[in-house]
Amino acid sequence: MSALETLSSVLVSNGLITAFAFVGVVIWLSYLVSNKLTGGRIHGSAIAILAGLALAWVGGAVTGGSAGLADISVLTGVGFMGGGMLRDFTIVATAFGVNFDEIRRAGLSAALSLVAGVLGSFVVGALVAYAFGYTDAVSITTIGAGAATYIVGPVTGSAIGASSDVIALSIAAGLVKSMMVMTGTPFVAKAIGLDNAKSAMVFGGLMGTTSGVAGGLAATDKRLVPYGAMTATFYTGLGCLLGPSILYFAVRALVG
Amino acid sequence: MVIYGVALLAGCFLAGMFLGDLLGVILGVDANVGGVGIAMLFLILISDALIKRGRLKPVTRDGVVFWSAIYIPVIVAMAARQNVVAALDGGFMAFVAGSLAVVVCFVLVPVISRMGGVGEPLPTLDRGDEG
Repeated sequence: MSALETLSSVLVSNGLITAFAFVGVVIWLSYLVSNKLTGGRIHGSAIAILAGLALAWVGGAVTGGSAGLADISVLTGVGFMGGGMLRDFTIVATAFGVNFDEIRRAGLSAALSLVAGVLGSFVVGALVAYAFGYTDAVSITTIGAGAATYIVGPVTGSAIGASSDVIALSIAAGLVKSMMVMTGTPFVAKAIGLDNAKSAMVFGGLMGTTSGVAGGLAATDKRLVPYGAMTATFYTGLGCLLGPSILYFAVRALVG
Repeated sequence: MVIYGVALLAGCFLAGMFLGDLLGVILGVDANVGGVGIAMLFLILISDALIKRGRLKPVTRDGVVFWSAIYIPVIVAMAARQNVVAALDGGFMAFVAGSLAVVVCFVLVPVISRMGGVGEPLPTLDRGDEG
């Protein structure tokens, strides 16, 4: 066995540890770029998340798989490190030290933002689907639901019997949304007043995509994360509740 | 001991996930409803009560704080495992639907968060201070 093969077998059999080292290097390089090339104007974590997405594209293009960089055998650990379990565990940890009164005070606006977020994204997605020539209620509803999140889309689509290519489209729309939120948030944060607990909770409720909100707020100000994540976590459930029921019936009533 | 902090976090996490799944079953939806949020509320309330009684030692806190500090690296790993190729291959319509939804929601953020008074901005932070 050559030294290279031995190295790769060590990396593969210690996947999660490899991921820690790999992500550490990515973040170190990102902060270097942030400080040296942008003079600190673009936040290091924003660059690191962008780099992550770019690497995910490379991984997907090279392997043809669906898990980005994690489909490359020596980097499967990245998939575990960035998977739902550790993501949600660390998000919960960010709540440590959060002021409960802040949450209670913003409660009503947060609840309102959840409803407005699901309806807003759904209506936009449904209108776009209609504009692109979809006229049946099932496809319009599924694509609209996909504009909410990439989980609400397929859940709604399977419930009302959408075709698999429409479901794939709804997932793509949700993925685009999640990535736009991840990368765009730090750039619009100031303009939309994203500098306090209340607006972060409203932001989480409006955007809804857990990965988008988690990444976007991390790239803006880490202290906002628990507030945004708190509301965003209710969004997908609400979307799955409304999508195949009220929203589908409403679309069916409109387009016949 | 550090493990007490980690175990506290794990307990809150599992309890939240359980209630979120249960809520999903009750509502009849195939999703976890608010599990993470419920877990966060548990952590906030329990740790607050323990701190007030002086029962949360600094070492115990370290068990929670470490995971909070490792959050951004986890998010970078999460970004690196997204199906970016599928998002870009989804075609123009998927792109328009997804990005237009984001733009509309961005615009709604100040509209809704101004209702009932604007929140207090967080104090400015020294950027070198991050996890």
